[in-house]
Amino acid sequence: MTVNLKGIAASDGLVCGRAYRLVEPDLSFERRQVSNLDNELKRFHQALEAAVSDVETIKMRATKSLGTDGAQVFSTHITMLQDPDLIAAVERTIREDGVNAESAWANAVADFEETLEKMTDNPYMQERVTDLHDINKRVLAHLLQVALPDLALIDQPVIVVTHDLIPSDTVSVNPQFILGFVTDVGGRTSHSSILARSLNIPAVVGTQTATQAVKPGDQLVINGSQGTVIVDPDLATWQTAKQAMVDRQANLDHLATFRNHKTTTKDGRGVTLAANIGNASDLPSVLQNGAEAVGLMRTEFLYMNGDQLPTEDEQFAVYREVVKSLSPKTVVIRTLDIGGDKPLPYLHQHPEANPFLGERAIRQSLAHQQIFRSQLRALLRASAYGHLRIMFPMIATLDEFRQAKAIYDDERSKLTTKQVPLGDVKVGMMVEVPAAALLADRFAQEADFMSIGTNDLIGYTLAADRTNQDVAYLYQPYHPAVLRLINQVISAGHAAGIPVAMCGEMAGDPIAVPLLLGMGLDEFSMGAGTILKTRELIGQLTADDLGALAETALNSASTSQEVVTMVQAAVPGIVS
Amino acid sequence: MEKREFHVTAETGIHARPATLLVQAASKFSSEVSLQYQDKSVNLKSIMGVMSLGVGQNAEITITTDGEDEADAMNAVAETLKKEGLSD
Repeated sequence: MTVNLKGIAASDGLVCGRAYRLVEPDLSFERRQVSNLDNELKRFHQALEAAVSDVETIKMRATKSLGTDGAQVFSTHITMLQDPDLIAAVERTIREDGVNAESAWANAVADFEETLEKMTDNPYMQERVTDLHDINKRVLAHLLQVALPDLALIDQPVIVVTHDLIPSDTVSVNPQFILGFVTDVGGRTSHSSILARSLNIPAVVGTQTATQAVKPGDQLVINGSQGTVIVDPDLATWQTAKQAMVDRQANLDHLATFRNHKTTTKDGRGVTLAANIGNASDLPSVLQNGAEAVGLMRTEFLYMNGDQLPTEDEQFAVYREVVKSLSPKTVVIRTLDIGGDKPLPYLHQHPEANPFLGERAIRQSLAHQQIFRSQLRALLRASAYGHLRIMFPMIATLDEFRQAKAIYDDERSKLTTKQVPLGDVKVGMMVEVPAAALLADRFAQEADFMSIGTNDLIGYTLAADRTNQDVAYLYQPYHPAVLRLINQVISAGHAAGIPVAMCGEMAGDPIAVPLLLGMGLDEFSMGAGTILKTRELIGQLTADDLGALAETALNSASTSQEVVTMVQAAVPGIVS
Repeated sequence: MEKREFHVTAETGIHARPATLLVQAASKFSSEVSLQYQDKSVNLKSIMGVMSLGVGQNAEITITTDGEDEADAMNAVAETLKKEGLSD
């Protein structure tokens, strides 16, 4: 029977396919006496071998997407599964107590878990309990002969239905086999959505009930542009989706021809199209989508994934991998943008009445310098491996920029004294607070580059929270006031001889792109999935005409709608 | 039997990654390899054992190898400690 589910449109596209339920199975069991001990020992060893083989497969996939360092955790899992002391303990319990392998195994793991949990002076080791849970489940699933679904083990095209994707799932995704995602929870900016968009995979999130309504192997049609999921659709619906997939693939193939092109307008003006990334695992999508640089690497995931601050070495390993594997492309890494609405539980920040106006980003970094300094050292050490730029978020006053820069200089000179190899690093800032946009000419005297963060700049300029449905209409990228601020930043940068980039969603917006080109923006940084489309669009535009368009919009438009009308008149056929 | 002492210099101590590499190195040999820290001694071929010691920065540890290939085993462990920046 056909069932319709409604969720949030998270990543565009219409697809059909079989459901793969990524939901943890029931792994409960009873402790019981067994008479055939040899058989029980054999079951145990077979389950162990099968578990090792699963992890080997997952490790292979992770090595491809993350490199050897990123896949390290899976080597640890294999070493745990092959631990001679652990195996001996399980064998002993089976033999001496005559119990089933499930309970002998679970007991041995629980004993060790207790040891780790007691290490209260070593939170790092306490955290390894999650690794134990992982291997515990894997062996139990094989003993109980239930499938333990895992993204890395998918080897045919499916639509993944799950409660929510977590950042670590990213490493296991094989885009070749994933037609779409459906989740129970999340919104447009949740991790699942960002991941789906960066991979160009249609997704519907926040359906609330998908994991209950869908059975493994069900036929699904999902519409990632409208946020709908149809379970067991009629033939006509299925065929429409099938045709849409063919068209979509044709379009992707067409766009792929732009992968290795330079980005230039019809009359030969070159600009840089860069990618926004959040993790080393996003690197393949940077290359597949032909990005010419990384204009924004967020660093929050490093801090939000664990239960404690990442060490300097852990950060260094990630930054180095990104900078090195993209060299000679430049990589802009933004220092920690956390606090307020993105708190770190382990820092015990006190709740704020106005998180968006609170101690976040650079304010938090300057208030907690040991965290900031450790990040800067990790970044500086990584700079020796490629072309790194460092960017401070949420700068509102020159004083903040100077303080942050002074701390950077201090760490740099300490490392130089220790003869640590360092690269040439440019240090710039994000312009996302209206005060900084208005004072851009002063900032341009001291920063090496400026990057306009439009998501926050628009929110702060119109004083509206776009995640609040009641005022979301005020999130207006083409509001003339926003355009004037952007233009002011670009002009100020150019007058001082420094480049100006944009790293918000607006940089890949087809209505905004002609205006931004007209204002002279140097670099457009966006989600990797939008790059090829934007490169095609820019190739159809004539830069010479766009200067006049931008000027008209800046001088004589009164409303956002008037701006849209002007762009559509100047560039026939453009759609928002 | 070979016995050697090491001073752990790494900020994070012997955490999961170096523990994995140490166990992998020790497991290549037939000799018994053990790691002693404070009053506890564990099998260096058992990652659970190594992790249960919770060896932190500035710990003094003793590695013992015993068996036919004890010299090679000691060298391999010492080299891993050095390569991972755990000890000088």
